[in-house]
Amino acid sequence: MFFSGFKGGIHPPDRKEQTKNCPVKELEPTELMTFIMAQGGKPCTPCVAIGDKVLKGQVIGDSKEFMSAPVHSSVSGTVEKIDKVLSPRGDMAEAVIIRNDFEDKEASVGETFPVGYVSKDELIGIVRNAGMVGMGGAGFPTHVKLSTDKKIDTVIINAAECEPYLNSDYRTMVERPDDMIDGLDLLLHAFGIFKGIIAIEDNKADAAKILKDKLRSNMQIKVLKTRYPQGSEKQLIYSVTERKVPEGGLPADIGVLVFNVDTVSSMSRAVRSGIPVTRRVVTVAGLALKEPGNFLVRIGTPFWKVFEAAGGFVCQPKKIVMGGPMMGIAQCSIDIPVTKTCSGLLALTDDDIGTKEEMPCLRCGRCISACPMGLMPVVLNKLVNKKEWDEAEKGGIMNCIECGCCAYSCPSDRNPASTIRRGKSALRAKR
Amino acid sequence: MDNINVQNLTVSETPHIRSSHKTSSIMLEVFLALCPAAMAGIYFFGFRALIMIVVSIASSLLAETLYNKIAKKKNTISDCSALLTGILIAMNVSVVMPFWAVALSAAFAIIVVKQLFGGLGGNFMNPALCARAFLMASFLGKMTSFAQPMYSGLLAADAVTSATPLAIMKEGSTKGLSLLDMFIGKTGGCIGETSAVLLILGGIYLIARKIIKPHLPLTYIAVVAICSYFLGGFSVEYALMQILSGGLMLGAFFMATDYVTSPMTEKGMVIAGIICGLLTVAIRHYGGYPEGVSYAILMMNAATPLIDRLVKVKRFGEVSSWKKKEAVR
Repeated sequence: MFFSGFKGGIHPPDRKEQTKNCPVKELEPTELMTFIMAQGGKPCTPCVAIGDKVLKGQVIGDSKEFMSAPVHSSVSGTVEKIDKVLSPRGDMAEAVIIRNDFEDKEASVGETFPVGYVSKDELIGIVRNAGMVGMGGAGFPTHVKLSTDKKIDTVIINAAECEPYLNSDYRTMVERPDDMIDGLDLLLHAFGIFKGIIAIEDNKADAAKILKDKLRSNMQIKVLKTRYPQGSEKQLIYSVTERKVPEGGLPADIGVLVFNVDTVSSMSRAVRSGIPVTRRVVTVAGLALKEPGNFLVRIGTPFWKVFEAAGGFVCQPKKIVMGGPMMGIAQCSIDIPVTKTCSGLLALTDDDIGTKEEMPCLRCGRCISACPMGLMPVVLNKLVNKKEWDEAEKGGIMNCIECGCCAYSCPSDRNPASTIRRGKSALRAKR
Repeated sequence: MDNINVQNLTVSETPHIRSSHKTSSIMLEVFLALCPAAMAGIYFFGFRALIMIVVSIASSLLAETLYNKIAKKKNTISDCSALLTGILIAMNVSVVMPFWAVALSAAFAIIVVKQLFGGLGGNFMNPALCARAFLMASFLGKMTSFAQPMYSGLLAADAVTSATPLAIMKEGSTKGLSLLDMFIGKTGGCIGETSAVLLILGGIYLIARKIIKPHLPLTYIAVVAICSYFLGGFSVEYALMQILSGGLMLGAFFMATDYVTSPMTEKGMVIAGIICGLLTVAIRHYGGYPEGVSYAILMMNAATPLIDRLVKVKRFGEVSSWKKKEAVR
């Protein structure tokens, strides 16, 4: 039977032409680099003091919590301030601000394995020390994911990059696929399995061709139909393996682990050369920019520096978004620093966004057809507004992945995702 | 120095982009899909049909504007739903109907059926069909006297009348009925319901543009066809005649599929199609009227909230209740 992947989802114009063919350019850091302590998992506490000299790659924030990964400095210099700053999530978060001395003096690295393989425990240690978190945007500490005691038989690399505008993973695969392939190989050997799948959307078919030549014997490529949210973990696993993550469960429960392209590439660099997570590829796009492109940005660089590298604004942007347009966070300022999970910076105009005028619900059912989790957003919306929490929970509200497909497809410009989000946090508070 | 100044940034919730299919553009596309059949109505029934359409649309728009003014609300005619209701009402009446009666029924549909129930999205029955029911109840004579097609009277209300194919079939015979005529629309009937071919084409357009789903109309037509096959004595010709007449195509593709008054889920749409089909056949064969599409759809509208409540959609990764019990043990 012809299997076309997960049910539902939407097909927005992918708008990737803006930066698809822009090679990644390295961006110099600024004088003051800001390192937010909460970049994935539980927040870290600073382990340096004002006036301390730091080296590039040195740990400046750490935590004793298991669910936390350390933060490293991406420059060498002196600690100028430890203060609360505006974070990309919109809250005031503690950060270490370092005055760059532009000398890039590097910290010494721990044990490295330039060749060969590592065991699962060794990998977990290296990954944690390198401060690795899910670079696709979720920011889940990678060592926690690797520490699962469930039996794993498949590792999938999430190369779907389903959000419009974004090309950071695509450019990484086209320009530097070796790190990713090596990282996948390390993972497979650490878990003692032979099934590594790189899952990519068909709008990146050329990258798939490049990767095919580099595959090792324990890997294969699966080209999937381009649809949002193909890159969502549960949907991706289903499209690739036809296995469904049970409600309330994790991919490890069905023997699968999923990692982002950048995360796996960082794994290879950490194992082979001891390099921690200090920079990432960011796609800078949107019609408000003079020269959209892809940049290799050091963690801690303020947004304005990245926009400046893209030629600045040709017109006033209506919205600045960190991430993709479907699930990215709108920003109120461009003095906010880049974090490990910042995959894209968009400067959107009215032409990018379109106009919105909320109208009454037509009961057309498009939100139901679009929901990749098989929920009924129009019904959940009503239940949340009526504060009927038990019915909402029975209706599966906690399974909402907040992808925004319902709001995207609504012809009356309503936003059920927003109400459902509020309902979920109300339910969590009640527990 | 490149410009990196920002001001007045909008900070709002995800998602930041939306589909370009909006309510008003959807209504306009349905209107467009109706135009070929409307033009066929004008061709067959004369200039008076065009005036009927204009009067009906104008009355709908005026009624909505007046209501909004009196209720001190922003005028909602820009959502194009009144425009659509207007043309549907005109297509559902016989060309001999007096203009003032149609205007009155349009006002009834917009003000009473739609606006008083909360405006767009609030009505629980199809406004255009309620207008038709209003006219059936109040102007039965005019509603059931249909003009012969191609009579070429301009404004005269006393055209040569003829029976509709369904009325003839109810008498028990199919003499003088041509399948081809019914397919093209050269039969007696309401202005917009006769030209089956153009209505089907309009329906296919809407399905291809993903404005309506095929589940409701196709189930509806299939049920009527199958039941008529048996009731007509295993006659394929009879089944075809039944589905090509009586405004079934207009009802199935354009009236039953109205978002507000039909189920939201695909399973629900199939159930609604079956209900409409069975009711249409029942009214046509065992009821007092020769045609039953409008009442069948109105009854389906009434059943829709219940259908929506009962139909459950399969969730991703849903753990069935017995599996949950196993896990607890």
